[in-house]
Amino acid sequence: MDSKKERVGVYVCHCGSNIAATVDVKELSRWAGEELAEAGVVVARDYEFMCSSLGQELIEADIKEQGLTRVVVAACSPHLHENTFRTATERGGLNRYLCELVSIREQVSWVHTDRDLATAKSKAVIQSGVQRVSENEPLEALTVPIHPATLVVGGGIAGIQAALEIADAGFPVIMVEREPSIGGHMAQFDKTFPTLDCAACILSPKMVSVGDHPNVTLLTWSEVERVDGYVGNFTVTVRKRARYVNEELCTGCGICVEKCPKRVVDDVFEAGLGYRKAVYRPFPQAVPKYPVIDTASCIYFERGKCKACQMFCPTDAIDFEQQDEILSFEVGNIVLATGFDLFDASRISQFGYGRLANVFDSLELERLCNAAGPTAGRVVLRDGVTEPKSVGIIHCVGSRDRNYNSYCSAVCCMYSLKLAHLVKERTGAEVYNFYIDMRTNMKDYDEFYQHVMEEGVHLIRGRVAEVTDAARMPGEEGKIIIQAEDTFVGRQRRVPVDMVILSAGLQPRHDAKEVAHRFGISCSANGWYIEKHPKLDPVATMTEGVFVAGCVQGPKDIPASVAQGAAAAARILGRIQQGQMALEPVRATVIEENCSGCRICNDQCPFHAITFIEERKVTEINPALCQGCGTCVAACPSGAITGTGFSQAQIVAQIDGLLALGVAGERVRFLDTAVESA
Amino acid sequence: MTQPFEPLIIGFTCNWCSYRAADMAGMSRLKYPPNVRLIRLMCSGRLDPEFIVRAFAGGADGVLVSGCHPGECHYLEQNFKALRRFMLLRLTLAQFGIEPQRLKLLWASAAEGVRFARECTAFVEQLRALGPLDWPGMVAERNGHHAVSQALPAEEVQA
Repeated sequence: MDSKKERVGVYVCHCGSNIAATVDVKELSRWAGEELAEAGVVVARDYEFMCSSLGQELIEADIKEQGLTRVVVAACSPHLHENTFRTATERGGLNRYLCELVSIREQVSWVHTDRDLATAKSKAVIQSGVQRVSENEPLEALTVPIHPATLVVGGGIAGIQAALEIADAGFPVIMVEREPSIGGHMAQFDKTFPTLDCAACILSPKMVSVGDHPNVTLLTWSEVERVDGYVGNFTVTVRKRARYVNEELCTGCGICVEKCPKRVVDDVFEAGLGYRKAVYRPFPQAVPKYPVIDTASCIYFERGKCKACQMFCPTDAIDFEQQDEILSFEVGNIVLATGFDLFDASRISQFGYGRLANVFDSLELERLCNAAGPTAGRVVLRDGVTEPKSVGIIHCVGSRDRNYNSYCSAVCCMYSLKLAHLVKERTGAEVYNFYIDMRTNMKDYDEFYQHVMEEGVHLIRGRVAEVTDAARMPGEEGKIIIQAEDTFVGRQRRVPVDMVILSAGLQPRHDAKEVAHRFGISCSANGWYIEKHPKLDPVATMTEGVFVAGCVQGPKDIPASVAQGAAAAARILGRIQQGQMALEPVRATVIEENCSGCRICNDQCPFHAITFIEERKVTEINPALCQGCGTCVAACPSGAITGTGFSQAQIVAQIDGLLALGVAGERVRFLDTAVESA
Repeated sequence: MTQPFEPLIIGFTCNWCSYRAADMAGMSRLKYPPNVRLIRLMCSGRLDPEFIVRAFAGGADGVLVSGCHPGECHYLEQNFKALRRFMLLRLTLAQFGIEPQRLKLLWASAAEGVRFARECTAFVEQLRALGPLDWPGMVAERNGHHAVSQALPAEEVQA
């Protein structure tokens, strides 16, 4: 079939029973050895676990003893074990790119049921692998230097942990936070489950460390606008919005805040329950300590006069002329820790949030419970004075509900129990928790659940149908009534209470998609960022050099967010220590002799890797900028551009190989006759 | 033909989205007919129209082209270039007597294993209804040759 015949080894993996149960692996190796001998196959073996060290040694030994020049492994997806088998090929003494991994697990045995048809398809897949690998060329990996700086986007607990780990190891970190202060959602909470330690007490020291750290450049009130480059060599453009406060001069004394005459409702940090001034710090422990002026509510920006803050500032730090700054940084790696948005409980109209005054969402309750919050920690009704005598807490609001989000938000059971405990402790009220299932599956969580039950919190298993103020029975007047099914008793119940708390779920940031696109990563169907592997690589993403930490990857609690932040940092530190990294040599190159200078490819590249050389009237591709998509290769009418790793010859060989056998495994006549390579 | 017709389909997938969607379908143990055989490209932008013609010429009854959703291309905007080529090629193939239904475009993100499996199944059903293409046979017949190799439109493809 090929003049320059290669000596190919074919290795069929059983993957325990994962492949062997659906595909006749013995038949595959027999068939490959006999029928593909013409195509260059000299060895064909099957083995229980090719990825085991014994399996890999088989390949290594055959390369040495049988003089193989190419290797095809039929096993799982290349996204799982391509690197494993290429490395084994390399140990055997061959160039690592002379090995192809073809998928007969994810794309055959796991998706098909008919053994004969699955075996037939596997044969075609193996033949296409054999034909393709014969066209492979030995390649050298590109090595790129890793810039020692790291960008951390998002200053919540996950981002803080990642930043501190890297900064403490002695490497520079640029932290970008959209809000005026770092701290994230955790800074809004009063107590944290299951230990009930105070959130501020454990978070503030870490925030201060970030603010003071000599290796951390902290940019709050800022956003990443652009990301260019690739792993090891990103250039990020950050917009540092004008605070109208000169950070060089400001001492953080807070006199401006005190003197500002304009009070506005704080929708962000206080969840709409408290006020802030037009010049403000979101909370007293804010890091950095510098306030910002909110131009939308500042009297000076509205009407051109006031300037009270400027008049009283002892260091002349107020600067109404300040402009946004556009800053640019070189970084080697990026951690995305942009967190979550709370589910908007008003979307579920039958729960009455936004319509019935004393229906609160969980974040509002966190602020009410917080000693530094709008009520100094007193749990009161919307009137600001009355303590509730009975409180209903509804779990799974917007979670595990196919009308809203079908996933479990992971933290609501535990925070609902925590709120039940806090409300009971502060008000002595009767507390009723309405839940679907109680999910308390981490260390000490179930003990906390038992403890809350012993305190006398009522737990009702059942979905709530409605929250209403329409009294139907005596004792319901003036109350809010929760109508729910009690599945333990098997009947409907109406529970009149003074206050209802909706345990809203977690959902991706409203702009998660946009941000993902900016950083070149992808979102799951639910909008959470996709990790490289759900179990074995939960911090990396498909885009080299971009890592995820915290709730941006999926709902999780504080310990898990911290662990993920630290894990991302560990991965990045390893790379920084190496100083360089090998990249897949999938790049496009122009064969100058064939280039007609037509310039059709010139506008195909979004990475500006293609330039036209006027003097020689040919096009050139910069390998450092080329990302290897291959669009220019497909566009070139003269075939002058080759795409390494995905060359015309390789893909055509693959197509021919796949078509060699029909659906039932019969030889298609077309390929019985020799085909000239295109 | 007494036996039901089983179409052969070549699917070109993008390394970043649809190939992973196919992997996801596997990991979720979703089922689709084994008529679809996949080739991984780095991007749908790499899809040279020649590959599609080659697949039809080689005996494929249908070709699936899949990439990232518009606006979600791993390489920013290359799937739009694939879309342009796809539209043009479908017109051209129609002029060669290949029904437009034999060429399917599918946007599937890495998370859309369910969608991938469902669309593959639907495409197989569609082609079963449409019947075999047998382009190599058609060409051979028209040229009055029995040796298919001579009838293979390799030169035409290149032109």
